[in-house]
Amino acid sequence: MDKVQMLAMIQAYTGIGIGLMIGLGALGACVGVGIMCSRFLEGAARQPELMPQLQAKVFLLLGLIDASFIIGVGLAMFFAFANPLLSVIPK
Amino acid sequence: MAASYDSPSEYIAHHLTFLQKPVGEGSFWVINVDTFVMSLILGFIGLGFLWLVTRRATSGVPSKTQAFVELAVGFVNDQVKSIYHGQSLWVAPIALTVFIWVVLMNAMDFLPVDIMAMIYGWLGIHNWRSVPTADINTTFALALSVFALMIIYGIKSKGIGGWTKELFVAPFGNHPLLWPLNFLFQLVEFISKPLSHSLRLYGNIYAGEIIFLLLGMWAASGLVGTVFSGVLNLGWAIFHILIVLLQAYIFMMLTIVYLAMGEEHH
Repeated sequence: MDKVQMLAMIQAYTGIGIGLMIGLGALGACVGVGIMCSRFLEGAARQPELMPQLQAKVFLLLGLIDASFIIGVGLAMFFAFANPLLSVIPK
Repeated sequence: MAASYDSPSEYIAHHLTFLQKPVGEGSFWVINVDTFVMSLILGFIGLGFLWLVTRRATSGVPSKTQAFVELAVGFVNDQVKSIYHGQSLWVAPIALTVFIWVVLMNAMDFLPVDIMAMIYGWLGIHNWRSVPTADINTTFALALSVFALMIIYGIKSKGIGGWTKELFVAPFGNHPLLWPLNFLFQLVEFISKPLSHSLRLYGNIYAGEIIFLLLGMWAASGLVGTVFSGVLNLGWAIFHILIVLLQAYIFMMLTIVYLAMGEEHH
């Protein structure tokens, strides 16, 4: 297989991998945040006087839930711009 | 004007290279000089500001800067009081230091990348990354320091015998058959805590920087690209203000929580 073919194959599969990483990560993060915020709204409706404290907790948990997704985005960006898998192609 | 780049990847790769200085053999013993210098400067600025204000603190009517510092200190103190129930007086200052320093380091992400590259070019430096927390070394250093403190607090409050006993006895129970299982769980927890602590902050700030770079690249492709990229850049910058403060707050809260967890008895 000549070099251009190898390059194209690696880049194609890396592209698919990046899409899956970001897409599935976003799916998980958004569903998680949706569930958490629906519980917050329910709790705030039940006890409006607790709303400020619950809101503070919501932001904290938002950051925690987003963590894996953003790590995935960081890794995907790394593969997009400095793909280490390309180093297997001889110069 | 600025240098011209051959390809989008080269633009991004140039803006993401550190100014490195080898201090030994191999590729591990390299210091990212830009990260080091920026984090030192920001540490001196932030904590020096706090020190200067508290030197002339009055218990009468406070000045505006003193009120601002009191706001920050009171905020961190409330968080610590509600989570940490141990004896140590150092937890709140640790949390305040981490919060102020991480906020300042993250805030360097607001500086526009190309204009800063131009300014650094006038000073003769050709690749200088201005955001220390976009470097995995910084966030890992902070997280590993918190992890080491957690172990030290644990040993201090339970004694070295008690701490090692708890390694093998929690969380399942004191049966010799469960000892390997307990140890495995504790090991997983010990590995995952500093990893997630550091990677969360790093991932957020690094991804934010990359998205700024990508939007900037879009602006280089004609008038329509510039208009749309400007609008999206504005939206992302406003969202990023929230992310910068939120990630520093989360880092501080997790510091307090890990230190409190290090001291609790099972």
